[in-house]
Amino acid sequence: MTIFDIPASAPSALQVVWLLLVAVLWIGFFFLEGFDFGVGMLVPFLGKNDQGRRVVINTVGPHWDGNEVWLLTAGGAMFAAFPGWYATLFSGLYLPLFLVLLGLILRGVAFEYRSKVDSKAWRTRWDWILAIGSFIPPLVFGVGFANFLKGLPVGPHTTAFGTEVTLYTGTFWGLFMPFCLIGGLLFVALFLTHGAFFVGLKTRGEIHDRAQKFGGTLALITGVLALALVIWGNMAYSLPGQLSWLRLVAWITGIVAIVCIAFAWFMNSKDRDGWAFIGTALATVMLVVMFFAHFYPGIGFDNSVNTGLPIDLTTASSSPHTLTLMTIAACIMVPIVLIYTVWSYFFVFRRRLDTKNIPSLDVTTAA
Amino acid sequence: MSPDTIARWQFGITTVYHFLFVPITISMSVLTAVLQSAWRKTGKDAYLRLTKFFGRLFLINFAMGVVTGIVQEFQFGMNWSEYSRFVGDIFGAPLALEALIAFFLESTFIGLWIFGWDRLSKGVHLATIWLAAIGTFVSSIFIIAANAWMQNPVGAVYDPAKGRAQLDSLLAVLANPVFLTQWPHTIAAAFLTGGAFLAAIALYLLVKKNKEGAPAADLTAYRKAVKLGAWVLIVAGVGSVITGDLLGKEMVQTQPTKMAAAENIQESFADGQAPFQLLPGVDLFPGFLNWLYGTDHIQSVPDLEKQFLENGYMQFNSSTGKPVEGNTLQTEFASSLKDNNISLIQLVCGTDPTACPNAVPNQGVAFWSFRLMIGVGMLAVLGGILMLIWTRKDKIPNPSAGMTLFAVLMPLLPLIANSFGWIFTEMGRQPWIVNGVMPTLQGLSPSVGVGPVWFSVIVYTLLYGVLAVVEVKLLLKYIKLGLPDEVTVSVKEEAEPLSFAY
Repeated sequence: MTIFDIPASAPSALQVVWLLLVAVLWIGFFFLEGFDFGVGMLVPFLGKNDQGRRVVINTVGPHWDGNEVWLLTAGGAMFAAFPGWYATLFSGLYLPLFLVLLGLILRGVAFEYRSKVDSKAWRTRWDWILAIGSFIPPLVFGVGFANFLKGLPVGPHTTAFGTEVTLYTGTFWGLFMPFCLIGGLLFVALFLTHGAFFVGLKTRGEIHDRAQKFGGTLALITGVLALALVIWGNMAYSLPGQLSWLRLVAWITGIVAIVCIAFAWFMNSKDRDGWAFIGTALATVMLVVMFFAHFYPGIGFDNSVNTGLPIDLTTASSSPHTLTLMTIAACIMVPIVLIYTVWSYFFVFRRRLDTKNIPSLDVTTAA
Repeated sequence: MSPDTIARWQFGITTVYHFLFVPITISMSVLTAVLQSAWRKTGKDAYLRLTKFFGRLFLINFAMGVVTGIVQEFQFGMNWSEYSRFVGDIFGAPLALEALIAFFLESTFIGLWIFGWDRLSKGVHLATIWLAAIGTFVSSIFIIAANAWMQNPVGAVYDPAKGRAQLDSLLAVLANPVFLTQWPHTIAAAFLTGGAFLAAIALYLLVKKNKEGAPAADLTAYRKAVKLGAWVLIVAGVGSVITGDLLGKEMVQTQPTKMAAAENIQESFADGQAPFQLLPGVDLFPGFLNWLYGTDHIQSVPDLEKQFLENGYMQFNSSTGKPVEGNTLQTEFASSLKDNNISLIQLVCGTDPTACPNAVPNQGVAFWSFRLMIGVGMLAVLGGILMLIWTRKDKIPNPSAGMTLFAVLMPLLPLIANSFGWIFTEMGRQPWIVNGVMPTLQGLSPSVGVGPVWFSVIVYTLLYGVLAVVEVKLLLKYIKLGLPDEVTVSVKEEAEPLSFAY
């Protein structure tokens, strides 16, 4: 047996391409929104006064909205390329996704409205709304992805109209198994670290130093959680049909992720902000790859107890016609999006900020 | 309430609420870009100050549009999983492309515009607001194409093996006559909204600041904004009438029940004498409807329902006055019903036929929402004309309670008209979620219980209510501040304060 064996009902090349593209979109989302979730959670802790908090918020000011679009695109791509995945997953995880939406609504409004009124009570309230709104989505996504790695239980269902569909059969509370809670905590800790290192990279002075200190401690916690998740996840869970070489990929990427976190911690302690941030960024990428290595071919569903139609890469997908059109669009658009995103980050908003850069209150509220 | 009723309420609440912000974003991004272009071209300070002033109001509104928009993308899968499964091959693509092409452009360049005043050259900075505006336009194209497909599902075939609709021709989806008329109608309505917003706020300030003895430069700037807004409002009003008429003619053919219900047609006409009813049962101008919809034949709601129940969903040929087969998907669906001996009513109503005895939309809602959309929208246009009259030559109206009330009502009128427009569009399509192909009831998520939907609809409503209060308070606060002082725009050194920060 070679390690590159192909299962009997092999998904088409287009279906594999779209699994990879969906993975790329989730990677983009966690890489980018990951640090602005972290920044949002850290605002009340890193900034000792309003000026300080504003420095922290403004590190992601021009970017958070664009970062969030990666999630919308990932959701849209799942809908378009794998309607069965989108339908069963989003309806199955109704309450968790509702919590994510609440978090995203609250934090988005907080970013925009916090600075609009010059009152301590107003701003403190929005700081905490921002922090909580930035905390819920990573927690839920972490719990969710750990559940996908385990495999969400699905089963057949006959609708009132006589059609056979495959639906989530678990419960809301069933999502919170210990392994999955580790996933949630890991995402929170990882993005806190990622966010702290981003603030370290983008600021000077007091805020910078505090972010470094926070980041060092958080990296250690993240490392321990990642170790637990990678070992437990890869040892205990393998869904039917998973290819042996993909199991190997999951192990390797998981371990590389832990190494990246250690590297980030080390570089942070050596005052190398850029490398520390790259460390947590790579750790995020590697972890998402690890999860997706478990999603082939079952896209995060456990069909082993499913007596109906299995829901996987093949059965959940759109027609070749739609996938082809979407592939053309993605090949043109993704590079263009990357070009202007890079331009925004690396050319326009390159500078570090400190409290001296924050305009006085009357400039923002009255001018 | 049954699960589908609650889920529909949720969709209605979240979508109508979202669409309060959308038309302002579409039109105000363009109008802000126009003001900034005017500044770049003329160098006049007034235009820069107007750009900054209306730009900020635009952003307060934009934030709400963004956060409520995320809910839209997710709720198809959450509340309407079987709809999503059935239509994903066609409907998913525009949503994905909307995010990929439009949302990235819009959000990245809005960020660059907000924070880029002192970091980009004037030309590049101006380009960022135009690119953001283009993003909002592209977004509207995709989402209206998707909605128009639900009204008239062209370019698709039925795949019996997978039990779902599949894309046959993307070109046909984009050439959908409903889309080609619905999109311009939506855009016209957006500019009607933005024009009213701009003009009414500027008029309020013109009157108020004149009384307070503001400098002539300020008054000139407000006057420019009143004129710009009022003209945009009036031209967009004319545009919405023309596009609305074209859309109505398409809908008479593709969604005959929707239009028959909207005009309260209870008996069919084949003689070109169908009267118009301003109020239910009050017949005016025999033949007006025939002229309006370009046909001698107008079918009644009961006749249409009878045809549907006998033959499955039919469209209407306005030149022969006969019911005809629908598009491919509708025809295939109707014949599959016949082959499997399933009655339409059974399909539309599920296991409990007494719960929904009709295969037609709620006629009262269709009739009144249609009239309120047109009536309130036209009232806004009238307001635009009044504003031009009140400010003609160098006139400035005197402050009065009536004037303030006028300024408060003006921006609300188009928002109300838009909301009724969508209520009419969506409720007029009932009992279908995909017209003539998938009953709404069938699109519901079977795995979501009544409890979670109740929970989410209550929390959304409360949260949206609170956010509406906050947003209005902020808008009023910044409107009352009026134009910012003369502003300078310069590229800053590293240690200087930024010209904008959160």
